[in-house]
Amino acid sequence: MKHLLAIEDLDRAGIEAILDRAESFAEVGRRDIKKVPTLRGRTVVSLFYESSTRTSASFELAAKRLSADLVSIKAAGSSVDKGESLKDTCATLSAYDPAAIVIRHPYAGAAQLVAGWSEAAVVNAGDGKHEHPSQALLDLFALRRRLGPVEGRRIWIVGDVLHSRVARSNLSAFRAMGAEVTLCGPPALIPRGIEQLGCAVTHSLDGIGEADVIYALRLQRERMTESFVPSIREYAAHFQIDSRRLGRNQLLMHPGPVNRGVELSGEAIDSPQSLIGEQVASGLVVRMAILYELLAAGGERPAPAEQAPTPIGQPA
Amino acid sequence: MKIGETLDMRSGEGAEAVLRGVTVLDPVAGIEGVHDVIVRDGRIAELAAPGAAAEGLEEVDAAGLHAFPAFFDPHVHLRVPGQEHKEDIETGSRAAAAGGYCGVIAMANTEPPVSTPADVEALREAARESASVPVGFLATVTRAMAGEELTEMASLRDAGALGFSDDGLPVRSARVLRRALQYQRLCGGTIALHEEDPELSGEGVMHEGPASAGLGLTGIPSISESTAIARDAAIAGYEGGRIHVQHLSAAESVEAVRAAKAAGVRISAEASPHHLCLTDEEVRSLDPHRFKMNPPLRAESDRQALIAGLVEGTIECVATDHAPHAPEEKDLPFEQAAMGVTGLETAFAALHTELVLPGTIELALLVERLAGGAAPFGLERPSLAPGSEANIALCDLGAEWTVGEQGYESRSANSWCAGRRLTGRVVMTLAGGRIAYRLRSFSLEVAR
Repeated sequence: MKHLLAIEDLDRAGIEAILDRAESFAEVGRRDIKKVPTLRGRTVVSLFYESSTRTSASFELAAKRLSADLVSIKAAGSSVDKGESLKDTCATLSAYDPAAIVIRHPYAGAAQLVAGWSEAAVVNAGDGKHEHPSQALLDLFALRRRLGPVEGRRIWIVGDVLHSRVARSNLSAFRAMGAEVTLCGPPALIPRGIEQLGCAVTHSLDGIGEADVIYALRLQRERMTESFVPSIREYAAHFQIDSRRLGRNQLLMHPGPVNRGVELSGEAIDSPQSLIGEQVASGLVVRMAILYELLAAGGERPAPAEQAPTPIGQPA
Repeated sequence: MKIGETLDMRSGEGAEAVLRGVTVLDPVAGIEGVHDVIVRDGRIAELAAPGAAAEGLEEVDAAGLHAFPAFFDPHVHLRVPGQEHKEDIETGSRAAAAGGYCGVIAMANTEPPVSTPADVEALREAARESASVPVGFLATVTRAMAGEELTEMASLRDAGALGFSDDGLPVRSARVLRRALQYQRLCGGTIALHEEDPELSGEGVMHEGPASAGLGLTGIPSISESTAIARDAAIAGYEGGRIHVQHLSAAESVEAVRAAKAAGVRISAEASPHHLCLTDEEVRSLDPHRFKMNPPLRAESDRQALIAGLVEGTIECVATDHAPHAPEEKDLPFEQAAMGVTGLETAFAALHTELVLPGTIELALLVERLAGGAAPFGLERPSLAPGSEANIALCDLGAEWTVGEQGYESRSANSWCAGRRLTGRVVMTLAGGRIAYRLRSFSLEVAR
């Protein structure tokens, strides 16, 4: 694997390799010294054209935990502000010979372009409404830890699928792992033709009881003014996951940040069925695993129980 | 109106040549057979039996080659004035000549748009200085393409505007379009319409369907085009106006044009080579250089409907919508990149390769439709009948070539065919009675 641009770049074994690697980093995270020397002397560029909290923080911390030198660039306050094109920014950054570029961009295909313009391994940290593969991988990691294999499980993705890169990556990832996926939301927020990607589509929560996992998406408030839904109140009445709709044996996930009281009720967020906190915690180790797979694994895949690299300061 | 006399091109001597032993095919004139085509003073003097005496003429060994009526493109963007970094009249008309065209009609959505008689006069003057093939110019329907007030249509016609179009944008207001069609009774000039309902296409960048759903790109639904056609056809029918529908892309649009024709509306339609050859599946590559344009590439069922429309004549002509863009306007994420692809240099070869060779359409039909763009704008169709102005595309149907390998005549490289292997190539073009183009290797071969 040279880049991580989309979930389609990975087969099931490739996904499992990253999840297994993440398990080994989770073990490292429990040690006193949480840093490993794997990427010492190599440079990771984090290039964020859109605001982000958890994705940028966890990628940057992941790079540091792997001992990489990190260059962190936000669009605001950089040459991007001065009208530099993505291609020229890439050329500039290439002068630092980065081993990896982690990019978040408001438009689809930006990471793919960077992969063509740079020698570095490129990680797509979200491109427009297209893909967010590291999110899908960390969701699978969190889910696997709580639920075991997702093979044959029923997963409902509920909400604004149209504007969600998370929905697209997760649909691919869940299907790759053998889950049955149903997309549910108001008709204007489910893209026409998406059922051809191999999922069911419904516009009602009536059948939600069949789901093993409910994955709720964020509803941006401005969608209402564009007439995608008549009002937030009406959306919540029909699509909010609350304690009444969330079964005792169902798991609840959300990519964050949550609009409390819109797509999820407060009790649902804080319920024991909620995986939201574990999703965030999974971000760091999964992103360490992604960087490791791209930059250090050299194609070989770890056995599930393989030892993590020796921490710095400990005898090899 | 004859192409060479009505449109503007660089002055020069009328061609004096004999195309020896060429297979002549002009389905409209009913000509098919091997002849020596004798061209004197820019006119087709005779279709003679092979071996005819031809004193003082350039000898062109055309055995094994085909001579067609040269093609006519009613829809190109030459980018003058204001965007000469993409194309100009010299480079754009050279691209047309290389594609076998004997005439093109330039759109008016330049910077600033072609909205005054002085604009038209300046462009015609520039064409007389630098155009390799005859070029006609449209003026905008509305001032500065703002969609609000009509241009001085009669004065524009007097200055030589061939017709009117706000192409690039639809005429959004039904009232404004109605007024333009009323005024057309006074001044003539076909009104060419870019059909799109901006309310439905919104921020869309590709066809709405499974591919856009998977890519997370905002879709442009087919009905954005077809509902606009239905509205405008109804207005044209009511006013008795003459409209030409540009770049049809969707099955519903073909149906809307078919229904309008059946109802007696004076309407014609064009389709582009890229819409006839490609579908939205190509967009999965996220390559805006080759696959981003408006209207967008649509589904396979739409493509099939366009082909059916071309065959039955609902669509009377192929138009390239040649839309050059500089690399920096295309080296961007798909959503940000400029819309449009070039097509003049590859139209014949692409359609020959993709539609004729597999047996989807007949060669004669392709030849007819590639020249079908003249009539909707009141121009005589290019013909190979003796006595006609020499407008000839000489083609080698067996020649294989890779598009872009030897660069382009156009200033821009955003060809939807870039990198494609095509079969069939224009080797020589006579346009408006002049020799407008020779493929270099072809000339060398003749010299040997």
